[in-house]
Amino acid sequence: MDSFTQRRRRDLILAAALAAIAACVPFFVKDVYVQNIMVLTLMYAALSQAWNILGGYCGQISLGHALYFGLGAYTTALLFTKFGVLPWFGMLGGGIISALIALALGYPTFRLRGHYFVIATIVIAEIGFLLFHNWDYAGAALGIDIPVRGDSWAKFQFTRSKLPFYYFALVFCCVAWFITWWLEDSKWGFWWRAVKDNPDAAESLGVVVFNSKMGAAAVSAFLTAIGGAFYAQFVSYIDPESVMTFQFSLLMALPAVLGGIGTLWGPVLGAVILIPMTELTRSFIGGSGRGVDLILYGAVIVVISLARPDGLIGLFSRRPASKGVPQ
Amino acid sequence: MTTPLLETRGVWQRFGGLIANSDVSISVGAGEIVGLIGPNGAGKSTLFNLIAGVLPPTQGTIWFNGENVTQMPAAERCQRGIARTFQVVKSFETMTVIDNVIVGALIRNEKMRDARRKAHEVLEFCGLAPRADKLARDLIPSEKRRLEVARALATEPKLLMLDECLTGLTPLEAQSGVALVRKVRETGVTVLMVEHVMEIVMPLVDRAIVLNLGKKLVEGKPADVVRHPEVISAYLGDRHAVGA
Repeated sequence: MDSFTQRRRRDLILAAALAAIAACVPFFVKDVYVQNIMVLTLMYAALSQAWNILGGYCGQISLGHALYFGLGAYTTALLFTKFGVLPWFGMLGGGIISALIALALGYPTFRLRGHYFVIATIVIAEIGFLLFHNWDYAGAALGIDIPVRGDSWAKFQFTRSKLPFYYFALVFCCVAWFITWWLEDSKWGFWWRAVKDNPDAAESLGVVVFNSKMGAAAVSAFLTAIGGAFYAQFVSYIDPESVMTFQFSLLMALPAVLGGIGTLWGPVLGAVILIPMTELTRSFIGGSGRGVDLILYGAVIVVISLARPDGLIGLFSRRPASKGVPQ
Repeated sequence: MTTPLLETRGVWQRFGGLIANSDVSISVGAGEIVGLIGPNGAGKSTLFNLIAGVLPPTQGTIWFNGENVTQMPAAERCQRGIARTFQVVKSFETMTVIDNVIVGALIRNEKMRDARRKAHEVLEFCGLAPRADKLARDLIPSEKRRLEVARALATEPKLLMLDECLTGLTPLEAQSGVALVRKVRETGVTVLMVEHVMEIVMPLVDRAIVLNLGKKLVEGKPADVVRHPEVISAYLGDRHAVGA
């Protein structure tokens, strides 16, 4: 077995161990406020993992992922309130719609390079926000109140306990991590990293750069929409302000950037540090402190990018020692 | 006469008012090592990029293995068997050496395991095996050139195009580069190389094609080409050509 296979196996074992520990935490932590933070941390870890597929591995920095998050939330909420469709189907539908929209948007925008692409993602998400803000059928600025019909897994509603949401978020986080782990050693994973590092060289080696970007965008948008659908059920009330603003786009990108962009563990590590910090500053500094959390991230990101340009994960990295020979 | 592996027929390339290639027709037979030479600005790199599929020519056609590939994008040409290196190396810097080569190997190998095995073979062939787990950005320049070649070879090309891959190396490094190119040809791969350094390229190639000011000047055996008066005047000016 070569060093590469060993590393991948080690990652898998570590992930399983961490997931097992995370599954036990609620037995010891009964405080609802803390549980709430844990749910959000897991959710953002998963969302950032999804963002990392497009932004980190494929190198297409998107600051408009709030669009897919919002689409997931709205699809689920609309299907449930207007047609009585169970949130699980709404979640899947939202994922598919988001993936298709990501492909439609990728068609023109993936011809842009660098900053122009980033700007395009911001603008498109802002357009999405304005459309939902003015779309009467979807509640416009007032949003959608998801009616409470009693606790059940079928309707994915729980009013008495946060634990079901916690476990769903944990599964979601594990799935997002596992998909990334699996993609890392696949054709797509290699194509994406090649496209990120040097699109011209990738193209010369037979990689169809445009298609690679499209693939990454679709997977990333799909997973992000799942997160949006989950969030809608978790807070049971959505409006454009609460699911489609620029801040969500940032919150999906920052954990990956902080933890280590384009790495398997970066998003998880980043979310574990960043999300509790955000929630705590928000509640300690209170109403007057709106935005202080953002100032704090800003500061953290500046420090990290100066001290550890590869992200915090760089603190743990070791160069592989042995030379790999394939089995 | 058998059809050549690569053929350009009356290729023109204009960039606005600048004519980089005018009416260039060349052919490369299977198994040859052909050198594409000429002074700076002769249009070598443009012709090279046209063949690799970076952009389509303004006019004319390009044929590979009996097929018209003029409008084919680069990735598809690679699929057909054209591989290239870059004059300014374009490694995947954040990836390891082996991973760089795997990207190339994936085009002919469905399974990751097979691609990885192929990549290891190619690294062994190119003498980079000891560096397999290093990041590409940690390689020294001559190793990066080698990596370019390895990555291209991993696509199992019929035609390997080398863009000044021996330029800027120390004499010793260049000699081992030459040995590598010979070894590549022995495996049945045809080589088309753009080169600047005449004394390195001339003993290596079977045939040289000289471009000057966008046009094909002469082609032939290296020994004949270097004595050709037009080539001498293109490189050194008319004064030196007199009496040659």
